[in-house]
Amino acid sequence: MAGVTAPSPDDSPKPALSLRPPRHAVDPRAVGWWTWQLVLWTAVAVVPLAVLGALLPPARLWLFLPGGVIAAIGALAAVTLPRLWFRHHRWEVTDQAVYTRTGWFFQEWRIAPLSRIQTVDTVRGPLEQRFGLATLTVTTASARGAVKAPGLDAETAAALAADLTLATQATPEDAT
Amino acid sequence: MTTPAPDPAVPDRAVPDPSWDRLDRRAAVLAAALYTAGPVVGGALLTAYWVAVGTSLGTALAWTVPPSVLAVAVGAGCGEWMWRVTRYHVDTDRLHVHTGVVFRKRLALRRERIRSVDLTADPVLRVLGVATVRVGTGEHAGAEGTVTLWPLRRDAADALRATLLAHAARPVPDAEPADGALARFDPRWIRYAPLSFVPPALGAAAAGGVIQVSEWFGRQDDLFAAVGSWFGLAPVLLVALALLAGLLLVGAVAALALWVETWWNHTLDREADGTLRVRRGLLTTRSISLEESRLRGIELVEPLGVRLAGAARVDAVATGLTTSEEDKSESRTLLPAAPKELADQVAAAVLREPAAPTAAPLAGHPLAARGRRVRWALAPVLAVEAVLVMLGLLLTPVLLHVAWISALVLVPVAVALALDAYRALGHALTGAYLVARSGTVRRSTVALQRRGIVGWTVRQSVFQRRAGLVTVLATTAAGTGAYAVRDAGQADGLALADAAVPDLLRPFLLGADDAPARVTEHQRP
Repeated sequence: MAGVTAPSPDDSPKPALSLRPPRHAVDPRAVGWWTWQLVLWTAVAVVPLAVLGALLPPARLWLFLPGGVIAAIGALAAVTLPRLWFRHHRWEVTDQAVYTRTGWFFQEWRIAPLSRIQTVDTVRGPLEQRFGLATLTVTTASARGAVKAPGLDAETAAALAADLTLATQATPEDAT
Repeated sequence: MTTPAPDPAVPDRAVPDPSWDRLDRRAAVLAAALYTAGPVVGGALLTAYWVAVGTSLGTALAWTVPPSVLAVAVGAGCGEWMWRVTRYHVDTDRLHVHTGVVFRKRLALRRERIRSVDLTADPVLRVLGVATVRVGTGEHAGAEGTVTLWPLRRDAADALRATLLAHAARPVPDAEPADGALARFDPRWIRYAPLSFVPPALGAAAAGGVIQVSEWFGRQDDLFAAVGSWFGLAPVLLVALALLAGLLLVGAVAALALWVETWWNHTLDREADGTLRVRRGLLTTRSISLEESRLRGIELVEPLGVRLAGAARVDAVATGLTTSEEDKSESRTLLPAAPKELADQVAAAVLREPAAPTAAPLAGHPLAARGRRVRWALAPVLAVEAVLVMLGLLLTPVLLHVAWISALVLVPVAVALALDAYRALGHALTGAYLVARSGTVRRSTVALQRRGIVGWTVRQSVFQRRAGLVTVLATTAAGTGAYAVRDAGQADGLALADAAVPDLLRPFLLGADDAPARVTEHQRP
């Protein structure tokens, strides 16, 4: 059946055009990193409530109740979201462009051609360093066009940044 | 720039000598003194009033006049100091400026990087025959790429502007000698001035101002008592409406005055070197230059009121335009709200196109986008009604009546806005431009040069995925950084992006064999 996979204008007037997933998944360690991030953010909200609740018996119910709700939501998020993100965060660098996909609820694909790249950075937060990860950030002349690939292996990210910097220097075109 | 951009403002070692130019000394001293005098005299009057109430007029003057004179003298001294420390010089490849009252600054802007030279003169400076010159490299909106020379004699300022922008003079390919006026001021445009959110805002500001001033003079209670007594004269609703109408009237008058001050004698010219130049202003005059090479497109903006009157505003989509912090949005405006046909003509003339891309027929978006807009519009109405009903059930039945009456008004308004927002949606590719339109309260039609697109962002929420819609953003160095084609059909939106910039999106597309052809097919008749 040769004609099954190649839709022709006749049999399907509007073939589903879609963006393919970028080639590479993020580093599996990113799951741990995201989990810790969510746990810490939850703790920032829950710990003060819990401490205050322990110190102020009259207000205990009204401090423990929201604390408990936030803790439950945080725990649920920490268990589910990182795995979901791991499936949906992907990246790819070709000799033409940088291509990423992020998010699950609000999915976002970003494409920046190498010829328009202005800076290439890797950023490593304290938590990312613990997990040996880095975020690759590629900016263009657009204030809103930065392409970020979080959760890459630190060495991969550094090598990519070096390659991209070389590749973009080779392009003579004006990037604006 | 692909290579790390060299700092546009390298501190340089050039030594000022007598050949360097200086500011206008008389104007610097007088203007600085006058600027200080304004607030000082205001404060002195207020203080004198309070001192005189407690003691005598003589005591009041003794307390206020010497400090005021001292403050004005200090102001004049600052002006003199400014004149002393500031020198500038244009040599073959740089503009050197040494300045700084507190921090000494030495700047050398490379002339070929200078993108804007804007002249501003407020009433004080105009009386003194001088202007403020702001030179920008357009690299960053921040302070680094911008230098201000204040004040320069009018002729010196014009000469400096001409010198610094001369490097832009280059033959423009396939262009007729197109210098001259692109738009001439028409006082009748003032009728669009009150059709915005400005009158209510200014009316509210006026009310707030009156309350504040009455407080300064300790008469706030009298004011409230006087306004309160009016409510005895007629039914409460009537008085409230009259007050509201009065505030709106004040706001409308203020809006007209503001418009006259901002836009009087507006002209949009294309100079011989291709630079676009906007000149405008009644009391404070401004001259804003926009080098053609920075232009990436045009945005036709139709706020609701203005659109109902059949008018539109033309904004430039250009790189590095936000160098003057004061009026970021107005410095982009090439033409204030004017009749739609004229706005389209101006857009076409600015872009050197035979027909305005913004007037091109657009392909509409799928019906699913309409549903989304109706839901967005009804959600806040529903939230308000839910609160009213809940409070009504708990507290007083009056709120229940407020709820159904307001629902009768708000629901049709929300639905009408949603349907209008859906009608606004559209996109097209016309020659060199990507055209996208959206919005109802502020309808915006943007025509972005396809070569100005520096990347794509495609967004799809879970709801959009189910409805088969995508939002496609073209990122660009100009304007707001990205322009959106909202809620296009998934295939249409991706095909549009693919066709707008060849080969960029293609490697990442599935099922894209006949994509470019489809974009043109879907145009609305």
